Amino acid sequence: MHENRQKQRSNVSDKQRDFANARSILATDCGSTTTKAILIELVDGEYRQTFRGEAPTTVEAPFEDVTRGVLNAVLEVEELARQKNPNRQILDGETIVTGQDGDRGVDIYISTSSAGGGLQMMVAGVVKSMTGESAERAALGAGSIVMDVLASNDGRLPHEKIARIRQLRPDMILLSGGIDGGTVSHVVELAEILHAANPKPRLGMSYKLPVIYAGNKEARQTIWETLGGVTDLKVVDNIRPVLERENLQPSRDEIHELFMEHVMAQAPGYKKLMDWTDAPIMPTPGAVGAIIETVARQENISVVGVDIGGATTDVFSVFEGIFNRTVSANLGMSYSVCNVLAEATLPNVLRWVPMAMDEEELMNRIGNKMIRPTTIPQALEELQIEQAIAREALRLSFVQHKQFAVGLKGVQKERTISDAFDQSGSGETLVNMMDLDLLVGSGGVLSHAPRRHQAARMMIDSFLPEGITQLAVDSIFMMPQLGVLSTVNEKAATEVFEKDCLIHLGSCIAPVGPVKAGRKMMDIELTMPGGEKINRELTQGEMFTLPASREDSVKAVLKPVKGLDLGAGKGQELSTELRGGVVGLIFDGRGRQPFTLPDDDTRIAKLHEWSLATEEYPQIKEGAAS
Amino acid sequence: MAHAYTPGLKVLKESKVDKTRMLPLKGEVLTKTGQEVSPDTIVAATELPGNVQMVNVAGQLNVDASDVGEAMLKHEGDTIEKGEPLARSKGLFGLFKSTLASPATGTVESISGVTGQVVLREAPIPVEMDAYITGKVVEELPQEGVVVETHGSFIQGIFGIGGECQGEIKVITDTPARPLELTDLDESCAGKIVVGGSFIGLPVFRKALDLNVAGIIVGGFNYQDLKPILGYDLGVAITGGEDIRTTLIVTEGFGSIAMAERTFELLKSHEGRVASINGATQIRAGVIRPEVIVPLTGDELTGTDFDEESITGIESGSLVRVIRAPYFGVLGTVKSLPPELREMESGTLVRVAEVTIDGKDALIPRANLEMVETD
Repeated sequence: MHENRQKQRSNVSDKQRDFANARSILATDCGSTTTKAILIELVDGEYRQTFRGEAPTTVEAPFEDVTRGVLNAVLEVEELARQKNPNRQILDGETIVTGQDGDRGVDIYISTSSAGGGLQMMVAGVVKSMTGESAERAALGAGSIVMDVLASNDGRLPHEKIARIRQLRPDMILLSGGIDGGTVSHVVELAEILHAANPKPRLGMSYKLPVIYAGNKEARQTIWETLGGVTDLKVVDNIRPVLERENLQPSRDEIHELFMEHVMAQAPGYKKLMDWTDAPIMPTPGAVGAIIETVARQENISVVGVDIGGATTDVFSVFEGIFNRTVSANLGMSYSVCNVLAEATLPNVLRWVPMAMDEEELMNRIGNKMIRPTTIPQALEELQIEQAIAREALRLSFVQHKQFAVGLKGVQKERTISDAFDQSGSGETLVNMMDLDLLVGSGGVLSHAPRRHQAARMMIDSFLPEGITQLAVDSIFMMPQLGVLSTVNEKAATEVFEKDCLIHLGSCIAPVGPVKAGRKMMDIELTMPGGEKINRELTQGEMFTLPASREDSVKAVLKPVKGLDLGAGKGQELSTELRGGVVGLIFDGRGRQPFTLPDDDTRIAKLHEWSLATEEYPQIKEGAAS
Repeated sequence: MAHAYTPGLKVLKESKVDKTRMLPLKGEVLTKTGQEVSPDTIVAATELPGNVQMVNVAGQLNVDASDVGEAMLKHEGDTIEKGEPLARSKGLFGLFKSTLASPATGTVESISGVTGQVVLREAPIPVEMDAYITGKVVEELPQEGVVVETHGSFIQGIFGIGGECQGEIKVITDTPARPLELTDLDESCAGKIVVGGSFIGLPVFRKALDLNVAGIIVGGFNYQDLKPILGYDLGVAITGGEDIRTTLIVTEGFGSIAMAERTFELLKSHEGRVASINGATQIRAGVIRPEVIVPLTGDELTGTDFDEESITGIESGSLVRVIRAPYFGVLGTVKSLPPELREMESGTLVRVAEVTIDGKDALIPRANLEMVETD
């Protein structure tokens, strides 16, 4: 019966369906565990997210059909919509009705997916830091997890590379190498290694592994001869036609194409889902990247987005118009929480815990979170430990992102290996925290923190924004759906992003530069919306918040002391307008460059002081720490 | 009646257990449907493609890549022994010829005129799949493996390290709350599956390794003791491939936690019987938990297999275990499942269960409860 199910259309023909003027949009995101559906409707001339529903994802036994979970989530949306309008209909039996006709149906149905482990790729390039890095950027930008980067100069012997390819069994491989017209032998050697490994895809034993060749065009014929027979080879334009320029889009498009054709098609029920949707199904992180890129471009701002999940943390950034995405594959809050502990080290986690803890006890608690990942912190102490770990997971993910989001290498000067690990001095990273306008957080630990103040503090403590930075969270993780929507109706995507997706927390104001503890950092003159004037100082080591809503316009004159910078230059006064949010204006005088936490017995008292000042844990009353 | 679905670990006195025994690559199935098998019966076998060696002939003979074909003494598809001449350069006027000996025994798979590389493939590596449990083959998966079925007791742990093994069950502690001590283990434990109570410390586990104990089943273990045993920090709970002599199955979690009474009593009732155990754990989509299987035969079976369909989720009266602080590890009975969200001490709003623990009622997030699935 299921096989015969067709996408049902109402009386509106395809020709009449106009995506740019859609009245209603249904979007789903099929995650590893939960399928989320949202309904977006045109309300008084504006696109608004109106209803949402969710249901367990049904990729695995006993259902083995992703559309079952989609229908359940959509059914929830429909039931909620009917509470407002009893005639509203989205489903007709087990069919999503597309082409809205009165109260029946939706104009657009779209979906993203990360079920089944998402898209897992290996990439290869001749020089690891040049074509290897470009290939990695293309794959990450398309929403994939990069399992390994093979390169002619990666220090591994051919048989070690072959063993690695066989062991990892990626969904597809992106092979690049050489500028157009350059040497062919290195990239052909990589192709020979792939041929010798004769890799089998992770899913579906019966088809050939997709390989995308995006290298030196002079080598295409030889690559065909080497790989054409044993793989499903696709050839696209060179990812690095000349040293000075990257050309990632053809590779990214082909990755999406192959993701649909091969990976999605192998997953249970996806063929049916692909038939239902009005736009290609995008990998979830690819879609998140798409909305962040769109917003940064439309608003002409620099944006950093982070999605911290149970197993991985994705960081997205747009600086100087250049988009970058990284995935920290084993930095997450449940499945890989012990890896955060291993990579951050226990002292770095403990420095955020506002109480004395027995180390063995703490490690066992974190271990128990790993083996029982769906549990929720019931006690305040458990929540504080979880949020301490989150700070380190976010910090480490961002360190990795900053190392990756760099200008093209091999263009102006050569970098040594030691430069690659040097975060402070190289100056090549595109991530400039002083230029950052908006920091967006999502993922359970941020979006579902019991208090928004906690989310703001976790983001500030781990990203250390400089100057003036707006903070927001994606409360119900709507960004994936909006990302794929941006490919068919950009207006709807950005309107909903601004009005319904983001919960604006407020702005963080943090002067940059060294100053002695307890000394004045800046004078603050604020004119509140009602005309009330606030004059005060920010001293080193102090944090405070002032209430201000998103709609409030707070005029500010900020005068940092000599040597400190708020964005206008060292010691330079800055007159600006500050945007508030549910937390308000957060003045952070703990210092940037350098930022340090006390490592003596004053640490716990200071953590409590900052908690009180930012209303992080109001359960703990003043003086409790002493 | 209100109910909530919360998966739990299975502790089943009698259940049908199916184990799919699949080869990593297609091969030959060696057993037939209906055939009785024991743990060491080879049910299927295959050969993994041999290791590959890439030989840089052009570089080693100092010839152009395009001249490598001419220099080759062996051609694609030819077999070659280690040390046998693989290629020879023309030399200068027929003099100063260089010969390259094969670094491995295998087959010449490809010769590249672009890079000058020659690929040698070594002999295939045989792989055999055993039955793991005593039982009967109930399904053949053509070229891939079989499904072996048995009836017996089936217990899941929460976490384990080490792979599949078999051994006689030997219960050491008199209560599920007593930890295993150094003096509890001696030569009589070699090859056995030792059942302890609440905890095993690092020195005791090391002694078990020295004594060649096949497996340890215990309530708790310290997370920080994993590193000295594995040699690395276990960041993600994906285990089973560790090269250790003694498989460890932890039934409750990290720390010192009394083994659930029912688990302990069931294992005790099988004292002296052979069990198949596997420490493999994978906590991601498609969860794998460590397991203990004790096959039963003939009149030991009552014919009342546990029915998975009967799992309805947590409801009033369900026996549950709390799996997070502040009640971590304790057992209780669900009194009610209030439908509305409740605020916890942490400030989080969650759906809760009212649970009776030692005569007192407590509100606990439903996500922090594990149903104790018993038959």
